[in-house]
Amino acid sequence: MGNYQWNWHVIFEEVAGTNEHYYQWLLSGLGWTVAVALSAWVIALILGSLIGTARTAPNKWLAGLATAYVELFRNIPLIVQLFLWFFVLPEMLPQAAGDWMKQSMPLPEFFTAMVGLGLFTSARVAEQVRTGIMALPRGQKNAGLAMGFTLPQVYRHVLLPMAFRIVIPPLTSEFMNVFKNSAVALAIGLTELTFQMRQITGEYAPSNPIEVMTIVSVIYLILAFSVNRLMALIERRVRVPGYISGGK
Amino acid sequence: MQKSLILSALVASAFAGAVQAEELTGTLKKVSDSGIITIGYRESSIPFSYLDANQKPVGYAMDLCSKVVDAVKKKLNKPSLITKMVPVTSQTRIPLMVNGTIDMECGSTTNSKERQKQVAFSDHYYVTAVRMLVKANSGIKSLDDLNGKAVVTTTGTTSDRYIKQNEQGKQIDVKNVYGKDHSESFLMVETGRASAFVMDDILLAGLIANYTNPKEFAIVGPALSVEPYGIMLRKDDPAFKKVADETLAGIYKSGEINKIYDKWFMQPIPPKNITINLPMSEKLKEAIKSPNDVGI
Repeated sequence: MGNYQWNWHVIFEEVAGTNEHYYQWLLSGLGWTVAVALSAWVIALILGSLIGTARTAPNKWLAGLATAYVELFRNIPLIVQLFLWFFVLPEMLPQAAGDWMKQSMPLPEFFTAMVGLGLFTSARVAEQVRTGIMALPRGQKNAGLAMGFTLPQVYRHVLLPMAFRIVIPPLTSEFMNVFKNSAVALAIGLTELTFQMRQITGEYAPSNPIEVMTIVSVIYLILAFSVNRLMALIERRVRVPGYISGGK
Repeated sequence: MQKSLILSALVASAFAGAVQAEELTGTLKKVSDSGIITIGYRESSIPFSYLDANQKPVGYAMDLCSKVVDAVKKKLNKPSLITKMVPVTSQTRIPLMVNGTIDMECGSTTNSKERQKQVAFSDHYYVTAVRMLVKANSGIKSLDDLNGKAVVTTTGTTSDRYIKQNEQGKQIDVKNVYGKDHSESFLMVETGRASAFVMDDILLAGLIANYTNPKEFAIVGPALSVEPYGIMLRKDDPAFKKVADETLAGIYKSGEINKIYDKWFMQPIPPKNITINLPMSEKLKEAIKSPNDVGI
């Protein structure tokens, strides 16, 4: 980079015309990223577990509905889904409800991103939960039923506890993805980390884009890696010695 | 005898080389050595620099830049110089200029003091004002009318700064919302998510011109900021900047600028044959009358 004037202190500089500093923008962006990713993950985990379980249910209608849900949310690009929730849905609702969504709803960008990202991720979590259940030997279910458990009890006490342990590694990837995918929310104007990066490197502090982009990349790396370590810790804590995901 | 001949030939060639090096420095030397001049263009900065229906970069700034390329060809006496086009974005244009990927950027880049830390600018070729786009029937005429309303700006621009500054001064309270790009910000006003879109007036005029029913929208209010555009060049390269400035000065003096302006701002332009219809502003007339490169 021949004559590039490196200035890593750029993020500590004051924003012209305000009394804020750029690092405060990045911190606020980080806050929104963490908030939307974690809340979307809660939605994804709860809905994904329910839907994934439903896909293995003996009831054909229930399993079919769950399959339709997964295919719907898994096959449309995330950015398109966010656009649909944000721009299209209010136009399809009755006038009053649409106007409320557009003008009176609190934190519209945040809640839209939370729901959109949560539903998108839930379809992927559902697939993994289903895989986990299917990976168990059929005998487990039958043994549970033979011992007098009802079907829900078999799921609750026999199948799901083992299934979740099996799918911790892919769920780790999904948990990390939710943080990285949250960057898409800038498309509907959520002022998260990537948004702040674009804001700073656009017109505000345009002379040092490389430093700001590098710093933001490192923040994402740290975020995703922390999630990775957290999940590894959980995996170790809950392992069943001698069983499938318990081995080192 | 033989020896001294060779020696003098060597001295002569070394001297010739030195003269050459003295004449050509920086970008001119790079262009002369490689036989290629590289222009950075924008993909959707209508009507300055954008892709037409054949995916070819065209526009007001591109026309001016091609004149500069002609001048470089003449100066280097290399009519076969190859012009290479590289697309840039608002995030990539400065790094690509500094690292030598592009030799000049022809788009819609504001000449700011902040940018001058890394790059240089030719004399200005356009002056834009930051104003508001609103629905024509909204009754919004000035900033005061925005109290309690949502105002959209595009990510990466500084328009929200002007609103915030005015907010403090005028005791109004607005909600800042953001579109990912200009067409999305426009969509926010169209669908009623925001009451006003604050942006460079020329970009607003382009958006309105492209809308199915342009009469539904209006550009109102005072200029919140006035920003000059220049051709972005490498820093500390006076020889190349001189070529660019002299080319522009020639176009300004001969009045050719009026023809080029007319072509892009008053006549139908590709790809949809829409007319922006924005007569030359007083500020631009000033910049043409007395060319300058003082940034903001």
